[in-house]
Amino acid sequence: MSALVSGAQQTRSTKTSPPSQPSGHRARRRALRGYLYILPALAFYVVFAILPALHTVYLSLFDWDGITLATWNGLANYREVITDPALRGAVAHALVLVMFFSWIPIVLGLVMAGLLARYRQRGMTLFRVLFFVPQIVPPVAVGITWRWVYGPEGVVNQALRLVGLDGITRTWLGDLNFALVAVGIVGTWALSGLCMVLFLSGVQKIDGSLYEAVRLDGAGPVREFLAVTLPALRGEIAVAMTVTTVAALASFDIVYVTTNGGPADRTTVPGLLVYRLAFTQGEVGLAAALATALAAMILVIVFAISRIARSDQ
Amino acid sequence: MSSRVERWSGYAILSVMAIAIVVPFLSIFMASMQPSGSAVTGLSWPDQWSLDNYREAWTVAGFAGLLKNSLFVGLGVVPAALVLATLAGYALGTMTLPRSNAIFLFFIAGLTIPVEVIVIPLYFDLRSVGLGNSLWGVILAEIALFMPFSVFWMRTHFISTPRELIDAALVDGASSFVVLRRVLLPLARPSLTTLAVLVFMWSWNQFLLVLILIQDPDSRTAPAGLGFFVGQHATDIPVLSAGTVIVILPILITYLLFQRSFISGFLQGALKG
Repeated sequence: MSALVSGAQQTRSTKTSPPSQPSGHRARRRALRGYLYILPALAFYVVFAILPALHTVYLSLFDWDGITLATWNGLANYREVITDPALRGAVAHALVLVMFFSWIPIVLGLVMAGLLARYRQRGMTLFRVLFFVPQIVPPVAVGITWRWVYGPEGVVNQALRLVGLDGITRTWLGDLNFALVAVGIVGTWALSGLCMVLFLSGVQKIDGSLYEAVRLDGAGPVREFLAVTLPALRGEIAVAMTVTTVAALASFDIVYVTTNGGPADRTTVPGLLVYRLAFTQGEVGLAAALATALAAMILVIVFAISRIARSDQ
Repeated sequence: MSSRVERWSGYAILSVMAIAIVVPFLSIFMASMQPSGSAVTGLSWPDQWSLDNYREAWTVAGFAGLLKNSLFVGLGVVPAALVLATLAGYALGTMTLPRSNAIFLFFIAGLTIPVEVIVIPLYFDLRSVGLGNSLWGVILAEIALFMPFSVFWMRTHFISTPRELIDAALVDGASSFVVLRRVLLPLARPSLTTLAVLVFMWSWNQFLLVLILIQDPDSRTAPAGLGFFVGQHATDIPVLSAGTVIVILPILITYLLFQRSFISGFLQGALKG
C-alpha cells in the first residue's frame, strides 16, 4: 500500500548500534533469539510472496504453454508486451483509469476539504462512515452493483428518461465509446470517499491560527485554500495518490465483472490479460512478462510519488 | 462568503455525495426484493416484498456453502497473520538486532506487490504440492500477501510502547517471551483488533487469487463464487442482486460494528506508512 511513501522515514527509530555488552557471546544469543521471533513471518512472506514474484520474472523469459516443456525465449516476451497492440492497449486503458481512480477522486476530496476546512460540521461522523462504505465492500460486488446501475433498465437510464433525455440512453458498459469511461466512473465512485476522509482528517490537524493569519491579510477562500490547506495536506495527497494509482493500474475485479474487457477489447486492463493469457490462452511466459512489467510500473510510480512528496518538504 | 452560506453549501455537497454513494446500493437492494425473474427497473419500489430470491441464492445457487468457505479462509488467515505479525513486530519494534532495519524494509517492499505478479507461479507450485484447488492454498497465499502490512502495523504499535515497561520486566528476570505475553499483549488489544478487522476484510474481498487458485466454482469463496454466478445468471437480476447483497452483508456488518477500528486503522496505516 502506501507505507513506501515515507518508508525510509519510518526507520528513524532504529536503535543505534548495540551497546558494548560485557559478553559478546550473550549479545549474540540474544540477537539469535530476536531473529527467531521474526523467522516465521519472514518464512511465510518469502515462500508465498517473494519467491512466487521472482518465479514470475523467471517464467517471463520462457515460451511456455503451462503443460509441455518450456523453451528459452530471452526478452522476446517483453518485446511483445511493448509492441503487441492488444497488450499496449491494456496498459493504455489502465493509464486512462488512473485519471478516474486517482485524479478525479483527489480533486473532489480536495474541494471537499477546502469547503469544510474552516468550520466544524456536525454529523461528520455519519458522513465519514458512509463515505467509507465503498472501500470495504468487495470490489466484485461493487462491479455487479454498477453493472445493474448501467444496465438497459438501470438507474442511469431511468434518470435520463425521467428528464426527457431518452435519446442518449444506452447500455453504457456495452458502448464502444463510453465503456471505459463508465468503468472509470465506478472507480471514481469507489475511491472518492477514501480521499475525502483522508483529507478531512488531515485538515483537522491544521493549526487554526494559520487561517486567521491569512485572513488578516485579506485572503479570500481560494487563496486561503492555496496558501494553507493545500500545502498542509501534501502528505495525505501523496498517500491518496499512491493508493488510488495502484488501484487503477492493478485493477481486475471491477473490470472482470462489469465488461470483462469488452466491447471489442475497449476496456481490457493488464490484470485481465495476465489472467487470460496464462489460464485460457496458454501463454504463461507472455502473461508473466506482462505481470512483471505491471509490477515494475507500479514500483516506479510509487517510488516517484514518494520522492516528490519528500523533496517538497 | 458568509459563514452561513459556507456551512450550508458544505452540507449540500456532503449530502449530494452521500446520495451518490447510497443510490447504487439502494437500487440493488430493491431489485433483490422483487419477485424472481421479473422485469425490474432502476430504482423502483417493489410491489410486493419477497425474500424468495434470497432463499434461491442461499440454497440453489449455493451461497450458503460459499459463505462457509469464505469464513473458513478468514478464520485461517486472521489468527495466523496476527500471531506471526505480533512476533515479528515485537522483535523489530523493541529489540536491538543487527540488520533489523534491512529486514523491515524488506517487508515494507512487499506492500505494493500486486496479486497479478505472484499468482501464476502460486497456481503451478501449489498444484504440484497437492494444494491445487484447495482453500488451504488460498490461506497460505493470503497470509503472505497481508504480511507486509501486518508486520508494519505491529512494529509501529510496539515501538510506541514505553521502554521502561519492558526494561522493568527484564530486570525482574522475565524472559523476552514472558514480557510479550504478560506485559505487552494485554496492552496491544486495540491494535490487534484493528489489524484483525482489516485482514479479515482483505481476505473476504480477495477475488483474483481465489479465482485462479480454485477452479471448482462451489469450492470458492463468496466474492469469487459471485463473480462466477454473474456469468451464469446475468439476466435474472433479482436473484443476482440477492447474491450480491448476501456477499456484501457480512463485511458491512463487521464494518459497522468496528467502524472506528476500520477508519482509524486505514488512516493511520496509510499515513504512518
